[in-house]
Formats: sequence, C-alpha cells, structure tokens
Amino acid sequence: MQLLANTLALASIYILLAVGYVVVYRASRVLNLAHGELMMLAGYAFFGLVSATPGHPLWAVPAALVVSFLAGVGVYATLVRPMAGHPLFSAVLVTVSLGILLRGLVLLGWTADILYPLAVTGYKNVPWPLPGGAVLTTIDLLSILMAVTVLLALWGFFARSRLGIQMRAAAENPLLAAQRGVNIHLVFSLSWGISTFVAGVAAVLYASKVRLDPEIGVIGLRAFPVALVGGLDSLAGVAPAGLAIALLENLAIRYVSPLLSDVVPFLALLVMLFVRPWGLFGTKEEIERV
Amino acid sequence: MRSRHALSSAGFARAIESGGRYRKGGGAPLRAMTGSPYLKTTYPSDAALLGTPVRRFWLAVFGLAALGFPLVGTPVLMDLLCRTAVAVVGAHALNLVTGYAGQVSLGHAGLMAAGAFTAGILSEELGAPFWLALPAAVLVGALFGVVVGIPSLRLRGLYLALSTLALHFVILYLASEYQSGRGFATGLLVPRPKVGPWTLAGATAWYYALGGVATLTTLFCLNLARTRPGRAWMAIRDRDVAAASMGVNVAAWKVLAFVVSSALTAFGGGLWAYYLGFVSVEAFSFFLTVEYIAMVVIGGLGSVLGAILGATFVTVLPYAVDAIVNLVPVPDRVHTHLFAVKFAAFGLLMAVFLILEPRGLVSVWSRVRTYFDLWPFRYHPLKG
Repeated sequence: MQLLANTLALASIYILLAVGYVVVYRASRVLNLAHGELMMLAGYAFFGLVSATPGHPLWAVPAALVVSFLAGVGVYATLVRPMAGHPLFSAVLVTVSLGILLRGLVLLGWTADILYPLAVTGYKNVPWPLPGGAVLTTIDLLSILMAVTVLLALWGFFARSRLGIQMRAAAENPLLAAQRGVNIHLVFSLSWGISTFVAGVAAVLYASKVRLDPEIGVIGLRAFPVALVGGLDSLAGVAPAGLAIALLENLAIRYVSPLLSDVVPFLALLVMLFVRPWGLFGTKEEIERV
Repeated sequence: MRSRHALSSAGFARAIESGGRYRKGGGAPLRAMTGSPYLKTTYPSDAALLGTPVRRFWLAVFGLAALGFPLVGTPVLMDLLCRTAVAVVGAHALNLVTGYAGQVSLGHAGLMAAGAFTAGILSEELGAPFWLALPAAVLVGALFGVVVGIPSLRLRGLYLALSTLALHFVILYLASEYQSGRGFATGLLVPRPKVGPWTLAGATAWYYALGGVATLTTLFCLNLARTRPGRAWMAIRDRDVAAASMGVNVAAWKVLAFVVSSALTAFGGGLWAYYLGFVSVEAFSFFLTVEYIAMVVIGGLGSVLGAILGATFVTVLPYAVDAIVNLVPVPDRVHTHLFAVKFAAFGLLMAVFLILEPRGLVSVWSRVRTYFDLWPFRYHPLKG
C-alpha cells in the first residue's frame, strides 16, 4: 500500500511538471529544456516572498505563482519569439542556455545552500494514516489534489473556453489561426505563462516537501520523459504516463537499486521511442519519420 | 540544421562570397584576369586544403608558434592548451554528426564517458597499457555509435535527440553502477601512458602529444569533409530524399556518421581520462554535452574551423572570466561565487550567439576577411 501511496505522490509532481512541457510543446513546438530551472526559479521566488513577508505565508504562494507566470511570458517574449524562423533545434538550445543562465543567477543570488521554505512559513507537514496502512503527508495529499485540479482545469480550458480553443487552433496551424483573428503572440505567451505557472505549483509543493536548492531543476529534466511517454502533444497522456513511470521508479527503488531509479524515466523513454515514438496518446503525424 | 555551406568545398563557397563569378562554360569570370586566388579552375585546386601561398605562409607561422610555445608558456597556459586540444577532438566528433550529417546528438557526454571508462576500467582491472586501452575505447565508442545510429533510421530531429539523451543517462548509470559496485566511490585512477621505458609525463610532453593528436584529428575531419563521406553527409543533412535519389545510401551513411563520430568522441574521452589521470561519473554530466554543443554552435555548425574556434572559445571562457574578475573591481560576492558567474556567463553567451549570430564565429571570421578583401570598398565593384 505504501508503494502505491508513494507512487501517487511522485506521480502528482511528475504530472504537474509534464503538463508544462506539453502545453508549451503544443503551442510552439519547442521543447522547453529550461522547464526544471524555471521551476527552480519559482521555488526561490516562493522562498524569497515567504521570508520577506513573515506571518503571511498564504499570500506568498499566489504571489510566487504570479511571478512564475510572468517569468514564462517573459521567456517567450525575449527568447523564444526572436527564434521564430530559426531551426527548431536552435530554439531548444536557447532554452538550454536559459536554464544554465538561471542556474548561475540563482547560485549567485542564494548560493548553493539547502533551504527549507516550509520551516520559514511555520506550517508543519503532518503525516496522515490512510486506510490500508499507508501514510501520506499533508503536502503529498495537496499535490495529488493539485495534479487532479490542474488536469481538470486545463481540460476544461482547452475544451470550453474561447481562449483555450484559440490556443488549440494556433497550435494546429499558426498561419490560419492568425488569419482568422487569433492573436497568436498573446496565445503563445499565455501558453508559456500557464506552463511556468503550473511548474510554480510543483515548485512550491516540492520545495515544501523535500528541500530547495539549485539542484531541484533536475527533477524537471526527469519529468520530461513523462511528457514524451504520454505523447508530447497530448494532455490526456500525462496522467497515465506519470503514474506508470512513478510506479516503475518506486519498484526500482524497492527491488533493484536507488541508482537505477534515476534512470528509469529515461529507460521508459528509450523503450517508448523504439516502440511507439509518438507516445501513448500523441498524434502519430507529429513525428518526422525517416 | 541546414547551414549555408551547401556546397561541398569551402573554396567554392568563398568564390561566391567574395564576389567572384562562377559560370560553367560561360565567359571568363571577372577575377580570372587578375589571377584571384578565389577562382578555381580545376577540381583538385578547389579541394586543396592550402590553396594559396598566403595561407601556407600563415599556417607555417602558426605551426612554428605552436611548436615554440613551451619555451615561453606558463604551466597554467600549457594546461589550458592541453584542455583545448582535447576539447577540439570532442568538438570535431560532434561537428561530424551534427554539423555535417545534420543528426542532432545529445549523448555526447555519455559517449565520452564510455571512452573514458573503457580506458579506465581496462587499465584498472587488467592493467592494460594505453596503446591497448585507447583503441579499445575507440571500439566501444564505435559500438555505441551503432546503437545510437539505429534510432536515427526511424526518427528525426527532436525525437532522435531525445533518444540520444536517454542513451546518455543509461551509459552514466552503467558507469556509476560499476563505480559504486567496485568500491571506487570517488573515481578511478588512470596510470600515465607508458611505452617501454618511456612515460608520458610533464606539461611539455603532454602539450606536444595532445597538440599532435588534435592536429591529426583536424586533418582527418578536413579529409572526411571534402571526400565522399563528407559530401554524402552534407547531402543527407540538406535533404535526405534528394540525397537518396542521387544514389547516396542514406541509412548506411547515417549510421556511419554516428559510428565515426562516437568512436572519435570515445577517443576524446579516453584522452581526457589519461590526461587527468582520473575518471569519475561526476565529470560527465549533461552539462558537458551542453558545453560541446555550445562549442560547435558558437564556432559554426558544419565547419572544421568552427569546431576549433568554438572549442577554444568555450574552454578559454572560464579562464577569461577569472582574468576579468581579477582586473575589474567587482563586489566581493562575485569573488566568492566565481563558479556561478562562469556558469551564468556561459549561458548568456550561448543564448546571445544562438539569437544574434546563429552561424557562429566562422561567419564573423568570414565577414572580417571579406571586409579586408574588399578594402577600401564596402561592396565589390560593379562589373564592367
């Protein structure tokens, strides 16, 4: 039972991060390899705001999420938009260099010390016994709740809202969408904003649960196989892929070795690329086959 | 990943850049009368590496300067040049597969690790001498090249890059399993290369050895680029369907590109292990891959000169940041977190190059040269 509970907790973080890859990829066909570092930035924004406003930790969370959203919009406007018309791989490399830059700046600003934002807020991460003998903490439960909420909210947004439908149109064919009056730059920057906003949620949860240091960006890199296994352009694939990879990872920790668990997402990615490169629920046409 | 060097020979491209007209069978080009060094009338002269006396002269000057450098070089500078030489080998390898064949690889650090660990493990476990361990590293690299090359037959672009990235993590996992399983928690020691009674040690000896290896690798890549393999790879890079219709066996050449590149990468990794005398998984993080990609991108994709310039630039950058920080008054914070400053400067420069100068240092170089070619004019004079 504990294995399943751990899987759910890990999967919820993976899902929150993988959603970010999918939303950005759908909109601009750019794989954002700085996603982990943007998540790290949100974590530090959260820590900074919590430290700056003692006694009001609940204000710091929305404020950190707003900062995170604006960071995404800013990245699109300053780095990704100028890359339009360049080879896609160059745009991906620009996100890689952004990630390195962010890491350098965070190291400069906060040093590599490990921080515990939760201790600053004064809240406690209480363990709750669940039926079946498993134990999950408040933050685990919160992150599972957030993962479900985010998935449902995004599904509703893309399926129903005017802006969401415009976003899908722009993702499918930017030229046609622009000619039909969709402001594609608004839509693209919004999708970057949504992506980093959700990464901000993941950052706040992860930093509160585990720790905050410049290395947490690595979990962002490990979440991207989740996005790819689910299908890079499929929001529906994120949930099963996240659960499957989290389960495999937990099994590897328990039965093989913790070293292996770090590679499990990438092994799953490799297998998926050989068998079904477009992912569980992705569109087949998306792949450039040889 | 298409570069402007669609034509196979640099000389031909230069003829167009510098304003010389090239017409097949037409009237005599303008510069023919003046004996322009850019005008090539035969294929051998087009493919020649050192076509003009000026080039031969400058190369001789450069060669003599390089040979005489140990007389004046400080230990730090010698070490920097040795590191640059290893980086040049690695950058050439990446440039072959990404720059010439147009196949993006994110597994470079993994392949270097494969080479370094093969050399390290063979000398640790079997006491193998370097002249056995280094070829073995090359062989292992070539095998991994086949493994990476096979996905390239099915996948293109981003998805191919991701499969090579996954391979990187798998290789690192195997290496770290070995390291922790055998109890070398911090890393393996690699003995100095030895032939008979003679041991390769000391800054000067390493400088000549690595400089020679880098020069030979450069020559190897230049020759690959201007002969059949290079032409086939560039044809595949520019349009694989067109290449196939012209009789290029796309699958075979693609896999060969990966094999040659990976073997050379593993060779670079092996050299690195011997030069440092030490192998550890930590040295081969994803960041190393990014550094090598930055080298070929900053230098200029699909150019041998670009790989050299980029490798030098990226290797020297941290030292340059050091020097600048020491010269210019900066807040204390910068001194205590110099590592972070180097990191940020690297990320910033890479982004600046990608956005503002996507063709890299080579294009800057060619602009400078054109400027002096045309001087005192800004454009080549109108014909007639």
